[in-house]
Amino acid sequence: MSEAKITGRGVGAALQRKEDKRHLHGRGRFVADMQMPGQLEVAFVRSAHAHGIIRAIEIPPEHIGRVFTAQDFPEVKPIVAVPKIDGFKYSEHPALATDRVRFAGEPIAMAIAETRGKAEDIADSVFVDVEELPAVVDMLEAVKPGSPLIREEWGDNVFVRRDNDYGDLEAAKRNAAVTVTREYRMNRQSPLPLEGRAILAYWDDRLEELVLYTGSQSPHQTRVGMAQVLGMPEGQLHLIVPDMGGGFGAKRVLYPEELMVAALAMKLKRPVRWIEDKREHILTAIHAREHHHKVTAYADAQGKILGLDVDLYVDAGAYSHWPNGPSMETGMASRNLPGPYTIPHYRCRTWTVATNKSAIGAYRGVARPAACFSIERTIDEVAYAVGRDPMQVRIENMVPADAMPYRSVTRLLFDGGDYAESVRRAAALVELDRIRATQREPREDGRLIGVGFASFTEQTAHGCGEWVSRGTPVIPGYESATARMMSDGSLQLMVGCVSHGQGLETTLSQIACETLGIDPMRVSVRHGDTQVSPFGMGTFASRSMVMSGGAVARACRLLKDKMAAIAAHLLHCEPQQLSFHDDAVHLADGRRVAFEEIGRIAHLRQEMLPAGVDPMLEVTTTYEPGIDTGLFTYATQAAVVAVDPLTGHVELVDYAVVEDCGTVINPLIVDGQIIGGVAQGIGTALYEEIPYSPEGQPLATTLADYLLPSASEIPAIKIAHMCTPTPHTEFGMKGMGEGGAIAPPAAIANAIRDALRAIDAEVNETPMTPQRVRAAIELAQAQRAPKTP
Amino acid sequence: MKAPAFTYHRVETVAQSLERLRQFADTGKVIAGGQTLMPILNLRMAAPEHLIDVSRLSELREVRRDGSHWRVGAGVTHAMIEDDRIADFTKGYLQQVAGGIAYRAIRNRGTVGGSLIHSDPSADWPCALLAIDAVAVVRGAGGEREVPLAEFQTGLMSCAIEPDELLVAVRIPQLSESASWAYQKFCRKVGEFAHSICAVVRDPEAKRANVVLGAVGDKPVRLPRLSDALARGLTIQDLASERLAETVQQDLVHAAQVKPGSYAYQLHHTMAMRALGKALQK
Repeated sequence: MSEAKITGRGVGAALQRKEDKRHLHGRGRFVADMQMPGQLEVAFVRSAHAHGIIRAIEIPPEHIGRVFTAQDFPEVKPIVAVPKIDGFKYSEHPALATDRVRFAGEPIAMAIAETRGKAEDIADSVFVDVEELPAVVDMLEAVKPGSPLIREEWGDNVFVRRDNDYGDLEAAKRNAAVTVTREYRMNRQSPLPLEGRAILAYWDDRLEELVLYTGSQSPHQTRVGMAQVLGMPEGQLHLIVPDMGGGFGAKRVLYPEELMVAALAMKLKRPVRWIEDKREHILTAIHAREHHHKVTAYADAQGKILGLDVDLYVDAGAYSHWPNGPSMETGMASRNLPGPYTIPHYRCRTWTVATNKSAIGAYRGVARPAACFSIERTIDEVAYAVGRDPMQVRIENMVPADAMPYRSVTRLLFDGGDYAESVRRAAALVELDRIRATQREPREDGRLIGVGFASFTEQTAHGCGEWVSRGTPVIPGYESATARMMSDGSLQLMVGCVSHGQGLETTLSQIACETLGIDPMRVSVRHGDTQVSPFGMGTFASRSMVMSGGAVARACRLLKDKMAAIAAHLLHCEPQQLSFHDDAVHLADGRRVAFEEIGRIAHLRQEMLPAGVDPMLEVTTTYEPGIDTGLFTYATQAAVVAVDPLTGHVELVDYAVVEDCGTVINPLIVDGQIIGGVAQGIGTALYEEIPYSPEGQPLATTLADYLLPSASEIPAIKIAHMCTPTPHTEFGMKGMGEGGAIAPPAAIANAIRDALRAIDAEVNETPMTPQRVRAAIELAQAQRAPKTP
Repeated sequence: MKAPAFTYHRVETVAQSLERLRQFADTGKVIAGGQTLMPILNLRMAAPEHLIDVSRLSELREVRRDGSHWRVGAGVTHAMIEDDRIADFTKGYLQQVAGGIAYRAIRNRGTVGGSLIHSDPSADWPCALLAIDAVAVVRGAGGEREVPLAEFQTGLMSCAIEPDELLVAVRIPQLSESASWAYQKFCRKVGEFAHSICAVVRDPEAKRANVVLGAVGDKPVRLPRLSDALARGLTIQDLASERLAETVQQDLVHAAQVKPGSYAYQLHHTMAMRALGKALQK
């Protein structure tokens, strides 16, 4: 029996998404489309203060019974997310604030009414008497002695301090010809998927279960956490994830709002719904990216980096979120900061800092955009310090192709590829030689042209060991699938991951096609329903294609064995003689048995089965990759910018991505993921920021103040692929969903630096707003100006 | 967030809308395109009890010649101007301004009159129409009155209209053959409210020379010294002169109250110089 013949619609096929039909016709179904008879809408009463003690919650007498506070839910336990990491301090997160509020927007009470507008009227009428406390707003100030404290029992504002020492930094210092020191900062941003958080909960008396329609990237995991906090048996929680308008990590957290809507539906025994608006999302969903790195690089006279010394601060906000907690952000930044380079000595001291802001979480790219920003900016500065071309210095520092597989200084196992070649190809895509030939000529519009590169590795689909090292309470090291052939020969795949924009309904069908020889259009992928799918971990960490695709391949192969046994019995041959393609099992002589016939016999005509073969065609199995430290996709991104030196405005004139994610299952979907990721990375680089006032008030809470890039700001992105299949997965594929978002801040910052070389200005803080670019220019000009006596 | 409850009134004529405005003088608000009012309602920054919808009044969409001016109905949308669905009597000036307002979806519904009434200091029409010496036409119980734009906007989000009056049209002068104009605005991204606008309209035949700065302070500001210089025959060569540099600085500091050395100053200065350069090139 050979592997199924490629029918042109399996692995590698540019199949159009099956999901497009419903979405392009506007027939997708999201939580906000759901209506239940007697449904009530929820509006939250939220803290107006960043930090304070709740003295009283006053509910107008006419609204008693329509407003609920923590006191109404004595059975609901606080959320506790304390990763098993030495020194990580214990804290509790009450879903509705009890005695203290720790960030502006924190939920305090919930109001219900027939419409959301009326619920907001009632919420507005609730008065919360708060005794204000000084707010902790800046992470660098927060760690200083004498700072106000968010939790007095901690004695400081640090969730966890960790130092990581690799090699011998003193040796690097002794041998260094140049030393480059910089501070890099990424400001706080919001994930902002098109669809915000949403939940509809109702008690089903017939099944005795609480049904929860919710936008969740990992419904099975959320069920585990919800059952613990609500004190309910897991079997009574039925989570259903309908269509979702994106997640990007924002929908993989056990949120207070979702818990309380569930608890309220239990209490009232009526359908209750909460649809988050954009303001609530920007205020209270997880935030991302707020890092401050102090980096010193020691290099030889050629720019070869000998050692890196880093102080790494992450502003984690007020609470530790379940399941991951905030130290994952710090840990990933620390491990990934040395980048795709052969840096022998590395020290990283880290602070995961609590402030009076919303909790930081894992937004697409997770920590690596900041790590990439720091190392890629530093590579360029080292190159300038030794008077060499950054592209060349970058290539010379990279792990060479012949050193693969390579164990990095932080013990990450890079499984393969040619990193330097990705830089050269990216340079060719943006026509570097042509730009270099013309960029010093003055332009009529006065703008300056610059080119910047950023390279990175993207750890994807990490397994058991990696998650154990992070101390998370759930170890998402595997994924699951059920493959069920129906009696008409069509196939259903039930998977534990969730497709919320990734096109998994299409790509998992392609895996089934590749493995079984079935028409992908005869495959139905079901996901996101805890009663339908086997237990699974969900969609995050660039893992679904590797993990869930692997589980589907394995399940289909097990199914195939049984189908082959049935077909061999019917054709009077050995299973090894059979081949699978075009929805049938074939013998070399032209005889065949259609899947439809096999399905019919397995379910409806037991007497035709071979002896010892049980009826039905259904397999449930799990899968994990051959190594559990992750598969390393890598890429180089190149940005070409035009900087207006008078206004500081930056326009992206060209952008190229060269990436290697091993075997590509569907090139349309891979390219779509890259483009979407780069768009979000451009947001980090140039636009998105939630500044805070000294009192801890967020200053961007609507899309008028919080700028998102839109089509006008995103150039046509040039994409080229390299392909180094990994030996550790099915088909040699690696994850790639986050990579697009990792490098844009670094590539664009390096391009701005290149454009401003004559002025010698650099911008080391995101977003690189016109004002920050102008400030950098003015600073450089002031430093160059001859000192007047 | 959702708007607080209100009563919705759709009117068919200007007379009907004036009647409603009299009836609900203290608690009513006119809605036209709703592109600013709806978000304000949803954010609960305003809570009128009655909304009077004038978006269907055909009279407010009329555009006709009126002597040396054109009378443009207050209900004309940005998109109608952008798409050339009204006569071009400003050598493309209005069209360029309209096409740069926010996003297309907003331009489809947003109106010239709505923008003037809302009086956002960063909006386009208050600045652009001030530079061309437009006149607001306001109708109340006693008939119509005209208010030059220089007197129309009184401050931050406030203008010279009584609660029982309706802005029905804007009278905009036709530009002569020899006229030239420029409109420069700075946004961090397409669709964002401007951080600086400079509108220049020069029409020697009509003795019109205005340099107006927008997105500054409470309302757009006519820069008097620069406007005078323009009237006296400023040329493109003069732009590099020290004397002009001084004039620009005096206008920015004294007329527009922009702090020297600030980023805002740099931005306004750049927009002003670029707008002058463009206007003088034409």
